[in-house]
Amino acid sequence: MIVGVAGTKVAIHGVDKSFRQRKGELVVLKNIDLTVRTGEFICILGPSGCGKSTLLNIVGGFDTATSGTVEIDGEPVLGPDPRRIFVFQEYGIFPWATVTDNVALGLRKKSEAEQARIVEHYIELVGLKGFEGSYPSELSGGMKQRVAVARALAVSPDIIFMDEPLGALDSITRLQMRAELLRIWQQEKPTILFVTHDVDEALQLADRVVVMTPRPGRIAEIVPVGMAHPRDFGSVEYGKAKNRLFELLGVSHAV
Amino acid sequence: MSTWPFVAIAAALATILVARKARDPLPRVLLPLATAVIFVCAWHISCELMAYDLHLADGTVRHIELFPTPWETLVEMRQPILDGTLARYAVASIYRIAVGFGIAVFIGVPLGLWAGWFLRGAQAINPLIQALRPISPIAWIPLAVLWFGVKDASAIFLVTLASFFPIVTGSMTAVRTIPTVYVRSAQNFGLEGFELFRRVIFPASLPAIITSLRFALGIAWMVIVAAEMIAVDSGLGYMIMDSRNANNYERVVGSMVVIGLLGVCLDWTVRRLEHFDIVRWGYPGATRETEVERTRAEIDRYRAKISGTVMGGG
Repeated sequence: MIVGVAGTKVAIHGVDKSFRQRKGELVVLKNIDLTVRTGEFICILGPSGCGKSTLLNIVGGFDTATSGTVEIDGEPVLGPDPRRIFVFQEYGIFPWATVTDNVALGLRKKSEAEQARIVEHYIELVGLKGFEGSYPSELSGGMKQRVAVARALAVSPDIIFMDEPLGALDSITRLQMRAELLRIWQQEKPTILFVTHDVDEALQLADRVVVMTPRPGRIAEIVPVGMAHPRDFGSVEYGKAKNRLFELLGVSHAV
Repeated sequence: MSTWPFVAIAAALATILVARKARDPLPRVLLPLATAVIFVCAWHISCELMAYDLHLADGTVRHIELFPTPWETLVEMRQPILDGTLARYAVASIYRIAVGFGIAVFIGVPLGLWAGWFLRGAQAINPLIQALRPISPIAWIPLAVLWFGVKDASAIFLVTLASFFPIVTGSMTAVRTIPTVYVRSAQNFGLEGFELFRRVIFPASLPAIITSLRFALGIAWMVIVAAEMIAVDSGLGYMIMDSRNANNYERVVGSMVVIGLLGVCLDWTVRRLEHFDIVRWGYPGATRETEVERTRAEIDRYRAKISGTVMGGG
């Protein structure tokens, strides 16, 4: 319902990426084409080494493509930008700063009263009320990732890039965090590009799943997930979609 | 041979056996204390073992000790403690450390941070620093005396020299090893220039910098003693040399003990810095129990519980 017919946010055209190595060249990405609409939740799914993180780094401005173009809002990506925030698997929040100071990182140019209001709002939104003065070392993995999400949301970004953000969490916390993420996404409506190697994670979160194959990384297929949230993991439709993703990844779902 | 050291060692060992199972803070105090008791007793025993009687040509017998016992050392240190010489010398040494080390920190940390952040900076100064670093500060003593005379300045110069290189190298490495994810996050949120330095680069490298300060202070403390033996006429190093010239080996050993104890105090002072909130994250569990120990304790508790239920149920 959020997706609608809104305009194009991210346009990736013919992106190749290769690294020079001692023995010739290593092609990591080959001819990537992808268009992401405003407000869309995209999951990039693939096994380790398929170049999905590299692709996200290129779109996020931390890396450059060997050839091809990446445009956001019709403008080429030249580097990282506070309008587009990256959430890392290792959280990337600062261990020397309190939760409040971490969330306020991107709000330096706002007045103090404004900062305090925004910080309070997002700390509450991610469920960290009462931990404002805590240091990251005093928080669990899931709570740290909530801080990272709050810090990202606080600057009201157009796009949030997430590179396996829940990868370091246990499976129960991961499920909870997915639900939280969906709730926040529906409330704040940013465009999300989410990298994962977890088929269920992709199916539970994404509007469309971009399935990648490894070496060199190519897009095997872009699979739309038609199901409305909350999604029933036990439904026939979910099972079919899951089978399809496993097929595309080249693995049997019945191990 | 006296028996009391053996009794004391036995008591200390018994203390260790009992205290290691007890709850903190008891073992934390008792264990090092017991180890110290064992060390002092072993010291005493080895003194007795190494002593021998020398039969001289005129028929007299002289009891020769190669090393003063702990008690003799303590007795001989009474006078310098009471007349204030020891305190004066200790203050002289610490003053030189404070000034020399302070200068090294003041120049070394900013230089290291700069060279760590700018690749070109590191390329420019690192080879020179790495070439100067292995030259023992002791090797500079002749030059120090030539330049500064037998004065405080000589010793201060040597302390600065000794601590400068580890501080620069440590600060530089601290910046170079900041995890990419912090720098990327900062850049993502638009931090640049001095703000990037103040909010990310400096706090991210601070724990490693403090570690390098600790290391440098240890070296400085070793160097000051050597420097004072030659380059000045006061301080604990001078006290060792002076006592040796007076053939007073009790005082030589006594000075060594004082140097060791003051070294512990200095290290403790720097370690206080590790407890501030903004750096505490950099020292995960340095003094706490390790994962292995924690797991072992858990298994023990579990076993105790099981045997408890078995006995209770049976």
